[in-house]
Amino acid sequence: MTTTPIRGLGHPVKRKEDPRFIRGKGTYVDDIKLPGMLFLDIVRSPYAHARIKRIDPSKALAMPGVVDVITGAELEKAGLAWMPTLMSDRQMVLPTDRVVYYAQEVAAVVATDRYTAADAVLAVEVEYEPLTPVLDPFKALEPGAPLVRPDREQKTNHIWHWEAGDKEKTDRIFQEAEVVVSQDLYIPRIHVCSIETCGCVVNYDRATDKLTIWMTSQAPHAHRTVFSLVSGIPEHKIRIISPDIGGGFGGKVPVYPGYVIATYAALKLGKPIKWIEDRSENLQADSFARDYHIHAELAATRDGRIRAMRVHTVADHGAFDAAANPSKFPAGLFSVCTGSYDMEAAHVAVDGVYTNKPPGGVAYRCSFRVTEAVHTIERMVDILADELGMDPAEIRFKNFIRPEQFPYKSPTGWEYDSGNYPATLQKALDAIGYQELRREQAERRARGELMGIGISTFTEIVGAGPSHTFDILGIKMFDSAEIRVHPTGSAIVRIGVQTQGQGHETTFAQIVAEELGLPVENIIVEHGDTDTAPYGLGTYASRSTPTAGAATAVAARKIREKARLIAAHLLEVSPDDLEWRDYAFRVKGAPDRFKTMQEIAFAAYTNFPQGLEGGLEAVCYYDPPNLTFPFGAYVCVVDIDRGTGQVKIREFLAVDDCGTIINPMIVEGQIHGGLTMGMAPALFEEIVYDENGTMLTGTFMDYLLPTAMETPHWKTDKTVTPSPHHPLGAKGVGESPTIGAPPAIVNAVVDALSHLGVRHIDIPITPAKLYQILVEKGVAE
Amino acid sequence: MIPGPFSYRKAASLEEAIALLQQYGGEAKVLSGGQSLIPMMKFRLAEPAVIVDINRIPGLDAIEERNGILAIGGLVREVALERSPLIRQRYPIIADTAEVVADPLVRNLATIGGNLAHGDPANDHPATMLALRAEVVARGPGGERVIPIDDFFVDTFTTALAPDEILTEIRIPAPPPRSGGAYMKFERKVGDYAVAAAAAFLVLDEAGKIARAGIGLTNVYYKPIRAEAAENALVGQVPSDGLFRTAAELAAQATDPTTDLRGPAEYKRAVARTMTLRALKAALSRAQVA
Repeated sequence: MTTTPIRGLGHPVKRKEDPRFIRGKGTYVDDIKLPGMLFLDIVRSPYAHARIKRIDPSKALAMPGVVDVITGAELEKAGLAWMPTLMSDRQMVLPTDRVVYYAQEVAAVVATDRYTAADAVLAVEVEYEPLTPVLDPFKALEPGAPLVRPDREQKTNHIWHWEAGDKEKTDRIFQEAEVVVSQDLYIPRIHVCSIETCGCVVNYDRATDKLTIWMTSQAPHAHRTVFSLVSGIPEHKIRIISPDIGGGFGGKVPVYPGYVIATYAALKLGKPIKWIEDRSENLQADSFARDYHIHAELAATRDGRIRAMRVHTVADHGAFDAAANPSKFPAGLFSVCTGSYDMEAAHVAVDGVYTNKPPGGVAYRCSFRVTEAVHTIERMVDILADELGMDPAEIRFKNFIRPEQFPYKSPTGWEYDSGNYPATLQKALDAIGYQELRREQAERRARGELMGIGISTFTEIVGAGPSHTFDILGIKMFDSAEIRVHPTGSAIVRIGVQTQGQGHETTFAQIVAEELGLPVENIIVEHGDTDTAPYGLGTYASRSTPTAGAATAVAARKIREKARLIAAHLLEVSPDDLEWRDYAFRVKGAPDRFKTMQEIAFAAYTNFPQGLEGGLEAVCYYDPPNLTFPFGAYVCVVDIDRGTGQVKIREFLAVDDCGTIINPMIVEGQIHGGLTMGMAPALFEEIVYDENGTMLTGTFMDYLLPTAMETPHWKTDKTVTPSPHHPLGAKGVGESPTIGAPPAIVNAVVDALSHLGVRHIDIPITPAKLYQILVEKGVAE
Repeated sequence: MIPGPFSYRKAASLEEAIALLQQYGGEAKVLSGGQSLIPMMKFRLAEPAVIVDINRIPGLDAIEERNGILAIGGLVREVALERSPLIRQRYPIIADTAEVVADPLVRNLATIGGNLAHGDPANDHPATMLALRAEVVARGPGGERVIPIDDFFVDTFTTALAPDEILTEIRIPAPPPRSGGAYMKFERKVGDYAVAAAAAFLVLDEAGKIARAGIGLTNVYYKPIRAEAAENALVGQVPSDGLFRTAAELAAQATDPTTDLRGPAEYKRAVARTMTLRALKAALSRAQVA
């Protein structure tokens, strides 16, 4: 009999992965060391757009310790100069004739140590003929603009056009609307900046003909399939191991040229190859996020009822469309931009454009462009409130989708699963003392002080997704779990998703603990090794709990159904006479007669009924019936320093609703981290290029990641509205705060200046930018 | 971010360090805390052939008052300044300054000598030393010389130190009665160089008028500067908000900042004015209780 507590759903179990991390005992890719390993480093372009006239590796090759220099010409012979992106575009691995963005890979050096490799990179001579770059997507669309991608059949920088919603109905409502507000919003390029940069170790074993790649991957199975398709190596001869990952946030979903070059080098040279980016390479060349130029409009009645929304966006994807969105959604889930509000119609159009900037458009902790969507609607609602002289809270209450409207069909086609928006906002307003803050603001304004209160009531959309709608390169976005219960009642869970800090090793164990009545410490979770884990699409877009979490619960329930048969056999009753209660199968009406899962597990190997297979394990590939829609109400209070333009976040309250909570401590940690990552682009982060396309923010001196010193004390609270279709009622939470925080902060800053006629400020709201506004409005100190 | 090849020499004494600098001439760089040099080497902005490590030279890490001066050894770490009771009680302007240099990891190693000798107008101690009318002691092959701080900063990344000289000590006049100073820095985030920063030091006479004033400015000119016109406007006057605003405006006029990611030049000038005003107010309140 076990006396160890189960600690299933809802318990603040300490993270099982932390003891190894806080002792410095994690195993990251750069910790992998193999005998005879060589080091790869990359020559990068100093130009954003140039023709390559000549590459001369002779001086580098003459250096002691340099083994090889690999160029695009060589890769071309192997059919590897180009690779497919996850968006069905293609991307240069190494260029054969031109470079199309600053810091692009030009050639690769292989050496016996990483120091020699770094020196040799500088010894590779490359002769460039600079070409005029095009950096602004609007200019890229003009006739006569420099062509970023002459390799394509279509001789234009326009990539694709995508629409959602009902254009005709929307236009009709706008024509007859009593009030229309419109605004241009720019959401700049930002970078995920995971602590661990990208890299890989590739080992090709000639004896077994097997290729093993340790890789910083958020989606090892999908990457294995891509590698197999690109290289022609049979998939069972490729093993991808994604070991401990030092943060992903979307940046480790794409396949980077370095992975392909390192693999080529390992196959060619017959030696293990290590490639690890440095921080500047990571900042300069890896996939960026955002870069959306949005024009948004709302149509409303004079009394503040929103009727329709119209959005047109120009999406700057850089030189290759290397985002990682589901195939049918080149603009991700941006069409969820009607947010938490009930309206008659909406129309959203997005045009993707090439420019001479690094490729990407990945989601940075934001579930496929939802940050852009939420920023748009949450800003527009405030702008409408300002137009009508309404309070930002009042206009939200007036337009919320009401609790009884769920499941709610949105005007762009989403079916929101569940929500209670008024309750969550009311809880937030009561907790922060909204009316009192408004009184204080009036007093301060009278004294010339600038204080603002901002609200964001966002709706997230996560858990991609149902296989009828969602795939990446054709691979359906289900996810998986495999559970094996050992004879003595401990268990191993293998999942198709891949943790990068989310705490899967703990939360997935808790799901199994809850479903099977086994103590959480007796359950081990494994993932990230394609030879052992079941196939899955990986962890991003807050999809682990909605997909693999559901798979884990369903697999555990399959085990429980078999366990019921064994328990009936042991208790000599019919299976129908048993009920699962208090973590055991009990005889109905005689609850003292029961069998625990530990007893049943032993019997599954030692004393199982005739006609039943031995063992106790199950697999589930879960295809979610719908996405899940977490939501929240955030309130931010700011003070503005009139002498410097600095925004000080005095108070920030986040009330989140992510449905059923598996581990409240992990959820709180996710929210704290996410709020800081949301504050970052609102006030600090931006990738900046000069007029030549040279990146000016290639180090942490210039690309400003906030630290603990800049981070306010986050206050968190919750409401719980379970998802009706998820087996546990859980929704996913990792990205909610990153999405909800920026508009709350911007709305607060704009609110502080609204009496001066300020209606919108683009992010990041830097002190210099804000001070200029203070000067213009005559309130600078 | 791997530096180019270099050789490393560890000096056991000042004499040995100076001899090494003489031997290698312009090829050598002194490694003190290394918190500016090493990043520059990693970016290959600096590629010295030889590193002369002076960290093990004894006797350069004292903080002490003697003969009416405060003497700070060139190898005194920022963290030691932050924690020194003597500095915190008698020279709070230096504690203000040390506390805002970069971040704690940097301050554990970075030295005040390196902060001055690097000649970076973005570094924090130069402004404070200008406001305090400090002196810099340098040791070279010909022995020791004392350089007034006003003569020390020559150009961006260039000081009055010869290539074979080592900064051994900083000397600051002990604070007279009714004096106080403060350093105010505005940075985009912790660890950043200043958008602009100001050091202010005031000495009041018995009547409460300003007898002496020092104002130094950070990162708003091609080298660290002293706002002389602003200082002159203060001397002999009774402190007031209006007077400080006038002085802050004069300080801002003395700047010539460059436009960069920290903001346009006009903005930096405005922040220099704000920081000067705030530093003067803080200095005054300290002087009034000293």
